[in-house]
Amino acid sequence: MSGPDVMFPEEQKLIASVCQRLHRDSNAKAVLLIGRDGQPIAEAGEVGEIDVTSLSSLTAGNVAATGGISKILREKDFTSQFHEGEKTHVHITLVAGRAILVVLFDERSSLGLVRLRVRKATEEMARIFEQVTRKAASQTGPSILNEITDADIDKLFND
Amino acid sequence: MSFINYSSREINCKLVYYGPGLGGKTTNLQFIYARTSPEAKGKMISLATETERTLFFDFLPLSLGEIRGFKTRFHLYTVPGQVFYDASRKLILKGVDGVVFVADSQNERMEANIESLENLRLNLTEQGYNLDKLPYIIQYNKRDLPNAAPLDELRQLLNPAHATEFEACATTGVGVFETLKAIAKSVLTELRRGGGGGG
Repeated sequence: MSGPDVMFPEEQKLIASVCQRLHRDSNAKAVLLIGRDGQPIAEAGEVGEIDVTSLSSLTAGNVAATGGISKILREKDFTSQFHEGEKTHVHITLVAGRAILVVLFDERSSLGLVRLRVRKATEEMARIFEQVTRKAASQTGPSILNEITDADIDKLFND
Repeated sequence: MSFINYSSREINCKLVYYGPGLGGKTTNLQFIYARTSPEAKGKMISLATETERTLFFDFLPLSLGEIRGFKTRFHLYTVPGQVFYDASRKLILKGVDGVVFVADSQNERMEANIESLENLRLNLTEQGYNLDKLPYIIQYNKRDLPNAAPLDELRQLLNPAHATEFEACATTGVGVFETLKAIAKSVLTELRRGGGGGG
């Protein structure tokens, strides 16, 4: 294992601002960024009534299943997906093989506009993830993992 | 793969319940869901067929408390046990941090147990993991049934490496939380150690 995926506060802010800009520029209802294993990373827009945890897990499962289909068809990853609903549509894109960008939109926007804005946003996010990778590799300061003791873990499971 | 967010101060880990069809993987998650306080759990999702057989996965997000100011969040998944859903099982094992093998103690399910365990080992290897190095717990479920095989026989066939094991009856909850605690603890210990089963 190459170690856990990480996200640092500085890059989290950058990612959040890209999500907010994408939300605004694409007239989307909401934008979500999800880790490849289904953990929510960032969000923007009207997410109040959405079960973000469930949506993230199901989206990651969906992307994994689509990746499985692409392998069977000997196709490189399907980098984006579009689900058309009656009122809400969903655009899903892979970001640098590390994360999944989900845009929820309605009649206020269009697939063309979302695609256009997503392209720019994913490029920016890919650069931020490269920065995270470099930082994680050179991390010399105390990591939470180094600070955890056996007693901490035991305490978590005391009834 | 675990995910540590220093911004929201969260540690996220992925646990997968594996095992033969109708062995009690979903029942484990259902019991955990029923007995966990609302603030510690998210919605349980079951992608199942009309006959309530797992089609893709069950999913249950749990918060187990804080370590050094970091929230620990565990995402529990089950795989579909039926043999022909192997492609789905492989997908669900991606990024796994710990595995619980739910064995069916009934005599007539011994072959299915062995086949599923071999399938687990093979699918993990394909993902670059080694079952012997990954946090791993074995649960002998359905111990309450009259046709349950003796424990020694189960151990000999399914647990030659002496992984941590629990007897269970998932429908009544016996052994369910013991299993969960043991795998969660093992995952956190492994994460701290900085190792992993490969991948």
